[in-house]
Amino acid sequence: MTAAQHDAPVDVHSAAAEAAVEIATARKDILRIATAGSVDDGKSTLIGRLLYDSKAVFEDQYEAVERASAGGDYVNLALLTDGLRAEREQGITIDVAYRYFATPRRTFILADTPGHVQYTRNMVTGASTADLAIVLVDARKGMLEQSRRHAFLASLLRVPHLVVAVNKMDLVDWSEDTFEAIRDEFTAFAAKLDVPDLTVVPISALQGDNVVRRSERTPWYQGPSLLHHLEHVHVASDRNLVDVRFPVQYVIRPQSEAHHDYRGYAGTVASGVLRPGDEVQVLPSGLTTTIAGIDGPRGPVEEAFAPMAVTVRLTDDLDVSRGDLICRPANAPRVSQDLDALVCWMTDEPLRPRQRLAIKHTTRSVRAVVKELQYRLDINTLHREPGAGELGLNDIGRVRLRTTQPLFVDEYSRNRVTGRFILVDEATNATVGAGMLVPGT
Amino acid sequence: MTTPDYRLSQLETLEAESIHVIREVVAELERPVLLFSGGKDSIVMLELARKAFAPARIPFPVMHVDTGLNFPEVLEFRDRRVAELGVQLVVASVPDAIAAGTVKEEPNGSRNRIQTPVLLDAVEQHGFTALFGGARRDEDKARAKERVFSFRDEFGQWDPKNQRPELWDLYNGRIHLGESIRVFPLSNWTELDIWQYILRAEIAIPALYLAQERDVVERQGMRYAVNEFISPREGEQVRRESVRYRTVGDANLTAAVPSTATTVEEVIAEIAVTRMTERGATRGDDKVSDAAMEDRKKEGYF
Repeated sequence: MTAAQHDAPVDVHSAAAEAAVEIATARKDILRIATAGSVDDGKSTLIGRLLYDSKAVFEDQYEAVERASAGGDYVNLALLTDGLRAEREQGITIDVAYRYFATPRRTFILADTPGHVQYTRNMVTGASTADLAIVLVDARKGMLEQSRRHAFLASLLRVPHLVVAVNKMDLVDWSEDTFEAIRDEFTAFAAKLDVPDLTVVPISALQGDNVVRRSERTPWYQGPSLLHHLEHVHVASDRNLVDVRFPVQYVIRPQSEAHHDYRGYAGTVASGVLRPGDEVQVLPSGLTTTIAGIDGPRGPVEEAFAPMAVTVRLTDDLDVSRGDLICRPANAPRVSQDLDALVCWMTDEPLRPRQRLAIKHTTRSVRAVVKELQYRLDINTLHREPGAGELGLNDIGRVRLRTTQPLFVDEYSRNRVTGRFILVDEATNATVGAGMLVPGT
Repeated sequence: MTTPDYRLSQLETLEAESIHVIREVVAELERPVLLFSGGKDSIVMLELARKAFAPARIPFPVMHVDTGLNFPEVLEFRDRRVAELGVQLVVASVPDAIAAGTVKEEPNGSRNRIQTPVLLDAVEQHGFTALFGGARRDEDKARAKERVFSFRDEFGQWDPKNQRPELWDLYNGRIHLGESIRVFPLSNWTELDIWQYILRAEIAIPALYLAQERDVVERQGMRYAVNEFISPREGEQVRRESVRYRTVGDANLTAAVPSTATTVEEVIAEIAVTRMTERGATRGDDKVSDAAMEDRKKEGYF
């Protein structure tokens, strides 16, 4: 840090401060991004570049990186993101790291995930909440097995938007042919997946081309810079506003003088829009009633939609508890003890038929037994291997489960909230699997 | 506050996410406690806890790890807020632990490290199984890698290489006896988000966060206001300056920054143009090494 910075207070009434406040306080939405790639692809450099060029990197952080990369020809922006000692020592990214940056249009939460196959579970973790995934491809190497795997995992988790950043364009002399070959190959591959929106951008993370601003060195490229795309990608239609699903998380009963009769069902709206006066059904009882009122963090609201955390009051005094689900009588989820799902396995001890596990689905925790492992998926070729007897660490397979109690489920493709679950080992308490419900056979 | 296209703003989204996390902990874990330092992050966290259960009271106690090196304004604030909310306050006292001989004062005067065993003892004594902390992932590189539900073993230790995968918003709060979960509802908030929320939700904060004229001395390029714990050393010049605190830690170690921001709006203006992380600007104790925070967390620090 320089002495000058410490000596002068910021002029909070300057034009610069006013402009900064305007940008900082503008009403924005959040875009959640997952990035995948290895250090070799320049992923950390790209993230460092996005953070640095969007001014999310502070002076002291940059100076620490400058010190750490002393001796090199350029400041190693990758060091901005590798947080753990082992990561810096080994030059690898071990775990999901979260980064934050903002532009006048949006704020961004970026889950930075390692790209090696042994870290598939981390990529799945990072992609689970993402609106958009960035897959990095080294322009010199073209599309590798790893790029296919990353794109597949993003589509498996149903990340609605996929961006392929063809990096190191500087090392292929900004060749349009190279870029187009990769773009065409990727587009053909993505057609086999469920990728609703694919964008391919030629970049140099190291030199900054097409990251924040359009580069003059790619006159043949007519598309947006990466950041421009992140700022403008349309995400409003990604959510399910049709099917009302409200898993009850906690029952609020103040039992105080002022709120003697208050009984509210707290939870986070999974999908759909709830309004006072709506007729609703409560599962598993199946009883119907109407919504008397909805309380948000700032008092009563007229509408509640995902992902609002609210408290719903009902007109009738029903027996409702955590794990129940509020929906509309004519549009209820499937109530079932038999689940068909694609499961990503996340621990060394393999998943095998007849195994017993705890399962957490929305706010409901029950036990389950693995009835059948239908096939294992080769995540590089997408081939199904029906004979597999088990799922190992980082394997993905189709599994049939039977639960001790019914769950209220939708297919993951229809509803990302009621279509997902985690599996927990009851002995170690570790989270060992992630499941996405698919149509039964 | 809703828009026609059913999108929440970033503050509304963060608020909803935090409330979801807080409710989930109370639903799944038996004895939660909220770590309250009187700093802005824990103030916001406490306010979110209030909103999560309104109109009922917050269904868990609040704990202050008292290093004995507090700014008096912060203690007053703590007591007032706790009384307003009608929550129970548990104080884990570092001076008491020093007097009892369970921890030893460090030669440099920092009680940052020795507050960890005091915290862990209090957790054990009260049987707390979930501890809410106000840490944010944008604060530090090690924190950027930590889960919202951070599993800790019987010694409160964090194992960064063996964290539970955290998918969607399906948090795994299962523990064995003696183990605990540190929960960080503000994980995805940035410093600026915190200040904007304080402004929008009209949350009271200790006056230390706003600029006023104070007597300051300069040490290693940082300004320390003269107080109960900081006296001018030989050769140090005392200057009268307008300063404010960007973070509130121990009064013997927390530096102030030159500032003329006397309102929350002006603080936001200042932060929006400032180019230094808050820890880098004000905490002497985080500068030791690149991995200082990682090491402290492994020992059971927040």
